[in-house]
Amino acid sequence: MAIQEKPDLTYADVTPKALYMGRRNFLMGLLATSGAVAGWKRLPSWLAGPATGTVPVPLSVVGKSPFSTTETPTPANEVENYNNFYEFGDDKGDPARNSKNFVTMPWTVSVEGEVAKPRKFTMDEIVKLAPLEERIYRHRCVETWSIVVPWIGYSLSNLIKLVEPTPKAKYVAFESYYEPKQMPLAASGIQYPYLEGLRLDEAMNPLALLCVGMYGETLPNQDGAPVRMVIPWKYGFKSAKSLVKIRFVKSQPPTSWNMFAGGTEYGFYANVNPTVDHPRWSQAKEHRLGGGLFARPIPTLMFNGYGDQVASMYAGMDLRKNF
Amino acid sequence: MSQILTSKWTKAVVFCACLVPFGLLVWRAFHNDLTANPAQFLEHRTGDWILRFLVITLSITPLRKILRLPQLIRFRRMFGLFTFFYGCLHFTSWIWFDKFFAWPDMWADVHKRPFITIGFTGFVLMIPLAITSTAGWIRRLGGKRWQMLHRAIYLTAIAGVIHYYWLVKSDVHKPVEYGFLVGILLAWRLGTWLMGRRKPAGASATSRPQPTTAESA
Repeated sequence: MAIQEKPDLTYADVTPKALYMGRRNFLMGLLATSGAVAGWKRLPSWLAGPATGTVPVPLSVVGKSPFSTTETPTPANEVENYNNFYEFGDDKGDPARNSKNFVTMPWTVSVEGEVAKPRKFTMDEIVKLAPLEERIYRHRCVETWSIVVPWIGYSLSNLIKLVEPTPKAKYVAFESYYEPKQMPLAASGIQYPYLEGLRLDEAMNPLALLCVGMYGETLPNQDGAPVRMVIPWKYGFKSAKSLVKIRFVKSQPPTSWNMFAGGTEYGFYANVNPTVDHPRWSQAKEHRLGGGLFARPIPTLMFNGYGDQVASMYAGMDLRKNF
Repeated sequence: MSQILTSKWTKAVVFCACLVPFGLLVWRAFHNDLTANPAQFLEHRTGDWILRFLVITLSITPLRKILRLPQLIRFRRMFGLFTFFYGCLHFTSWIWFDKFFAWPDMWADVHKRPFITIGFTGFVLMIPLAITSTAGWIRRLGGKRWQMLHRAIYLTAIAGVIHYYWLVKSDVHKPVEYGFLVGILLAWRLGTWLMGRRKPAGASATSRPQPTTAESA
């Protein structure tokens, strides 16, 4: 179970598809999508022409992780066609349908704010920053469904140590990519770009994963390509997708879902907690996807079952108030 | 046109068309194609069809007046019963596939969660309407009383729209669209009722809805 120092495949090696498909093709894709919005909102796939977006490619040389659950992963096909990624629409099938022309090459992530060494990372640098591991995590959505996903990435702490946060840095703010031309079918309601945040100690927790792939491949567009967060003890919306900015800040940063509905429905912490209901539904049980129509809901676990690793960070806090 | 509307074949075709959404769901269920979250998919699809059939049912009276096609009334009961049919499927999906017969959980939901309370109310209001939808019940209750009772469908439509509006997480486009349609259909009724009141007594008799013609067969 040796973990290799460096993956010998670089990100640039594995995702040139969008580039070789050519700039004209990409522009045609944009044109087709914008045209579709002006017309029927969505072109039938046979009219829209071939997809022009970046597609997943295999990620090899991935180590195993002791943090992985032994539960069976949800079939990839189910995970990749049932998404919440409002920049591509709010129906569960929308992200898979509407992200086909999403181009994620080239890509940079700006790490900035209260750090000694702010810098921009290319995807190639991100993939090489630390050994990639496969982490099979439970993932619990605030909407009472859950999945088990073999993510690929490494602890965010690797990147944090590299940029050296100053003593003033108390929180980490995440910003997702938002470009209406690439995301013409974004759902209304929440504000874009999508914002999320963690306390610095949460972000340093080894479970907090900077994720570049899943199921042995780079991330599909609808699952947050090319790089996203995965925070398994929190509701899914905390795990921001398609990251472009990671900012270290002094005070609690605003987050998209928390700002929405005046902060009454989705808290900043959003730790999975079966005893604290969403104002509109119970969080006591969840539907594990992939079980078919007759699968019984299962009880939801405190901190999504990751209490041993994370509960101490919230000692003495009223989790009912800090939901 | 009126010949087409009164043909029993038309009725049979419309009946089959109303069953198509149900047939598609059954087909998808057998092909394991109800998305990764079948319970929620069934709830959402049947919920959509309840609202669509509510809008269709509520359109019958305005359309037959505006288009002067009294024969349209032949379809009202069928559409109303299909609304109830999809309501039953929606309710069953919740009880069975979503909550898996966890009665205490469901009871808690019904009185703790306003969106479930109002959806449940809308459904329960449809039960007496479905039961009294026969010609026999129109006779037994008398046209006036029957019509009063069946105005409960307005409450179901309002409850359905609010149920959907309170359910969605952020993008309220779809519930607002249904709300707009239901709003227009109810406003038309309010308008004709107000106009009827202004007319001298007796003169409006012919413009009143005529429930006793709902079904003769």
